[in-house]
Amino acid sequence: MSTEILAPDGPTKGTVTLVHLYPREMSIYGDLGNTRALASRIRRHGYTAEVVDHHPGADFRDDAHLFMGGGGQDSGQARVEADLEAVGPTLKAMAADGVPMLVICGMYQLFGNSFHTVGGQVLPGLGILDVTTRGNDKRMIGPVCLETEFGRVVGYENHSGSTVLGTGQEAFGTVLAGHGNNGEDRTEGARTLHVIGTYLHGPLLPSNPMVSDALIAVAAERATGRPFEPEDLEDPLADEARGRQVRRLVGAR
Amino acid sequence: MLRTAAAVAAGKTVRALARRRGGGSAFPGLVAERIQPRILRRALADIPGGIVVVSGTNGKTTTTKMLVAVLRAHSRTVFSNPTGSNFTRGVLSEMLPQLPVSGRLEADLVVVELDEAHAMRFVDEVAPTHSLLLNVARDQLDRFAEIDHTADLLARLGAASTEGVVANADDPFVSRAADALDVPVRWFGLDASIADRLPEITEHDSRFDDAPTTRDPGAGDARLRPRDERAFDVVFPDVAVGPVTLRQRGLAAMINATAATTTARLLLGDDFDPSVAAAALAAVQPPFGRGEVIDVDGQPLELVLVKNPAGFGVALNTYGSTPVATMVAINDNDADGRDVSWLYDVSFASLRERGVALTSGVRAYDMALRLHYDDVAVDRVVPDLEEALDAFVAAHGGEPKRIFCTYTAMMALRRTLAARHGLAHFGEDAPA
Repeated sequence: MSTEILAPDGPTKGTVTLVHLYPREMSIYGDLGNTRALASRIRRHGYTAEVVDHHPGADFRDDAHLFMGGGGQDSGQARVEADLEAVGPTLKAMAADGVPMLVICGMYQLFGNSFHTVGGQVLPGLGILDVTTRGNDKRMIGPVCLETEFGRVVGYENHSGSTVLGTGQEAFGTVLAGHGNNGEDRTEGARTLHVIGTYLHGPLLPSNPMVSDALIAVAAERATGRPFEPEDLEDPLADEARGRQVRRLVGAR
Repeated sequence: MLRTAAAVAAGKTVRALARRRGGGSAFPGLVAERIQPRILRRALADIPGGIVVVSGTNGKTTTTKMLVAVLRAHSRTVFSNPTGSNFTRGVLSEMLPQLPVSGRLEADLVVVELDEAHAMRFVDEVAPTHSLLLNVARDQLDRFAEIDHTADLLARLGAASTEGVVANADDPFVSRAADALDVPVRWFGLDASIADRLPEITEHDSRFDDAPTTRDPGAGDARLRPRDERAFDVVFPDVAVGPVTLRQRGLAAMINATAATTTARLLLGDDFDPSVAAAALAAVQPPFGRGEVIDVDGQPLELVLVKNPAGFGVALNTYGSTPVATMVAINDNDADGRDVSWLYDVSFASLRERGVALTSGVRAYDMALRLHYDDVAVDRVVPDLEEALDAFVAAHGGEPKRIFCTYTAMMALRRTLAARHGLAHFGEDAPA
């Protein structure tokens, strides 16, 4: 476990503890960018960010306020399996208690009910999100644009698993361009309380700061016991980067 | 036989037409292949000195160029694929002008660079005698999906080689793959004296549970031993090649030279001459986009191709010691890799002090945003490449300049540079 503290420029409004789950094993598509985006934004909102890298076998921070988990390869998933089984019940209880979490790609699948491999094997998940994933011969790859409750979100997907939402499970967004969960029902990702699962990897948060803020708002409130006190942040680069992708992918619609 | 002659003739015609239009390099190969599907196998049937496939994520073009130079310096005739059409049909297209109607290529040796996927198609047609396995890093995951898969393709290339394999001792993926082979393996790597510089040239996070390499060099194995930032020796147990000073900068280029030298010695056997090899390496021009220097109004402008996290990290390390006015141009076309999330796996801290003059390309704003997260100041964001280049040259006319760019951004920038600044030999070399 390694910890980094980022203090705000002025007096701090409190310390938000952010845990990056398995940054070595489950971080192949620029997932570090999401952690950087969260930490930097926590700081810009006037809070201290305590960034904790959680590695397999390390002590688990059950007092954390925010979790981030990324995508990995099969070999990476195999390396975290045992640890995830050990910390799973705690993660599940924290999720049910309203701790915000962003899980992407491989971790999104592991947060679901189960994963059914092409060979017919059934691997149980943590059951935090009511989704079921089946292995697929065809990969779903390409740029994505979603309509979400946070506004339009852009990103990039690259997954072979095909995910189906359980009855009543909310999606993270509706697909405007791209494949989404399964390429068929236009749903993308899943959301339960403050847990967001999605296939949009890499720089999801840098390009979509409103998603960061939604997660940080809840985390800051849990950390301080007071309502979130945001700063009025300008993000012209993120807005322009996102706006251009939206126009490329869905036009002026 | 007639069918082969027809295929060769048709391919040559299409190639001549395509070149007159300044067009694509793979199409003539496709035409020839349609008429005679076995044309590649037939063409390479009588090559006496070996058929060598160079593959891996980074350094293919540079290494191939160096290997060919060393072999030619030893008076061997070598066919290679210098246009960087590093796939089977591209190899064929390049071969057509040299191919007699018999369809049999006349050369002592064939050295081709192929990416991992196309290497598989090549070995389905022609068994290489030797392969050179450079490294495995994340690259174009939108094509190869997983790094483990890429590593597997390299292992299969090694297994398909009939006489010998040259492998990177410091790359855990390559090293694992080559250890399992039945053919003789020659190893190249860093000398123990500079082992601490390994992170500069390898994929960091793929290495977490690999023990450091403790392979003692055997006969025919070579280690890179730098003398300073520019000069180095390639040290075999019995003989050293060097000191060599390359025209290209950086540790990665030195490692490529070490790989090329190890392979050349394996191919040439007793004919290998260390002083001939050293002279040949020192004369190799940097390939297209590998620190290529263009004169713009009396000031040097360096074009540096970047295409994956390991490569961008190496480039920043290599050039970081001499900060100059910098532009970064990122496109996301198929040839660039459509996914730009890899930019978040590169640290841009070395650009912080000097800042970046412009970001450009289709993903100019995403690049500026990425730099923002590393606290690197960006003066301007200009997505249009031509406009950006003009603004860059105008704002930094009296000083050296450097552009880090993805593949299609580089192609566009070179076209503009060729038109305005008389860039010579356009398209002579192309990247992998």
